[in-house]
Amino acid sequence: MNWLHVTFILAAAYLAVFLEASLNFPRSWIGVQIDLLPALMVYTALTNDIFVIAALALFGGLCFDALSANPLGVSVLPLLAVGFVIDRSREFLVRESIYAQCVLGAAASAAQPLVTLFLMLNLRVAPSVGWGALWQWLVLTVGGAIATPVLFAFFDRVHKAFDYQPAHQSSFRPDREIKRGRA
Amino acid sequence: MLKKPHYIAVILVVLVVIVLFKLPGPSVGRLKLAISGLFLPLFGLAGSAHESALQVRGALVPRRQLVDELEELRRQNDQLQMRVQQDLEIQNENEHLRTALGWAKQTRWNARLARVIARDPANWWRAVQIDLGRRDGIVPNLTVRTAAGLVGRISSVGEARSQVILLGDPNLRVAARVPTSGETGVIMSSSSAPQENNMVDFGYLSGSSAINPGEEVQTWGVEGGVFPGGIPIGRVVDVRINEYGLSKEARVQLWANLSSLEEVWVMMP
Repeated sequence: MNWLHVTFILAAAYLAVFLEASLNFPRSWIGVQIDLLPALMVYTALTNDIFVIAALALFGGLCFDALSANPLGVSVLPLLAVGFVIDRSREFLVRESIYAQCVLGAAASAAQPLVTLFLMLNLRVAPSVGWGALWQWLVLTVGGAIATPVLFAFFDRVHKAFDYQPAHQSSFRPDREIKRGRA
Repeated sequence: MLKKPHYIAVILVVLVVIVLFKLPGPSVGRLKLAISGLFLPLFGLAGSAHESALQVRGALVPRRQLVDELEELRRQNDQLQMRVQQDLEIQNENEHLRTALGWAKQTRWNARLARVIARDPANWWRAVQIDLGRRDGIVPNLTVRTAAGLVGRISSVGEARSQVILLGDPNLRVAARVPTSGETGVIMSSSSAPQENNMVDFGYLSGSSAINPGEEVQTWGVEGGVFPGGIPIGRVVDVRINEYGLSKEARVQLWANLSSLEEVWVMMP
């Protein structure tokens, strides 16, 4: 486990929750705030082990609920469920494909609020859900589909900046060397 | 097949969540405040950036414009001072009459300005956080408004910030009345589209109530309630009759623009 990588993921979750709470964009335009945590979970589940997935679900979910009127901890299990499902099907997913990233981001962003809502209704907490919630769900899904490839590109850049680069193979082959002079 | 680390990680997280769900309300509130305290440095930074932006904007405004605005504000201030003197006389007269009739005295409110520092990141709640807390004398259930009208009430209080639930949140219901006709009902969350952040429902109106579009709605100020009476809420947009004509429901457009709240007034007793 690369601790620098884990720190970056948790810092990204912290920043994502802060931006969602402090920025009024795009809420003031379309009435919905896009959630970046499911997209971050897709990236984490495709590149890290289950402990990092669990850490992100716990830290990101608790931060989100702490700034929200949600019951504390209600966002943790849906995030963990999304990460767990992707982690289990990792071998069948082409994580380098932008199309796959978009589809996974959309699926994760669509599933996360549904599971959260299901949990809240089971906890007898009734949020404001009417026909308008369909619009919110649609925007969250599309937002997740757009945000996921952006996050992949961002973390690729971060890796290039902070990780050791693999040594390039030299084209020099000793067996092909032309020996000059007398043998 | 699941490997052992998978079991451990999943079971650990599920256990933590179950413990959180089982915690008593006050402990959860304290825990929430502690976790959201992690964001205080960033909120501080955002506040400083906002102040700096205001200073830069102030430095860029032409002096002529500032002088003109100052003159205009002086004139407005003079007019308002005269109106306040007139209102004070009416208030004294009102208090004398209330004493003579044996009615309870009305509470006077001190308004305190607060800056909105965060909004609820979840889309199904309507709540904001303000930069006043327990150290500023804030307690739960205080009324929050703008100059235009009612905004909501304080729901939870931290040391340096508080959460305000806004009109239209499912956890906030306000007893309201139409001053012209005296019709009373309850302001509650809207069933309309989420983009219409400034729309709420005015329900529990009697089927025979004569309520019309364009009429103003104010807080009722029932005894033992949270909100004082007479605070403007909004105006009626349309009225519909519910099933069997037993009751009516109106949609109310709020005076306060909840989509772009930056500063609010907390009414302190």
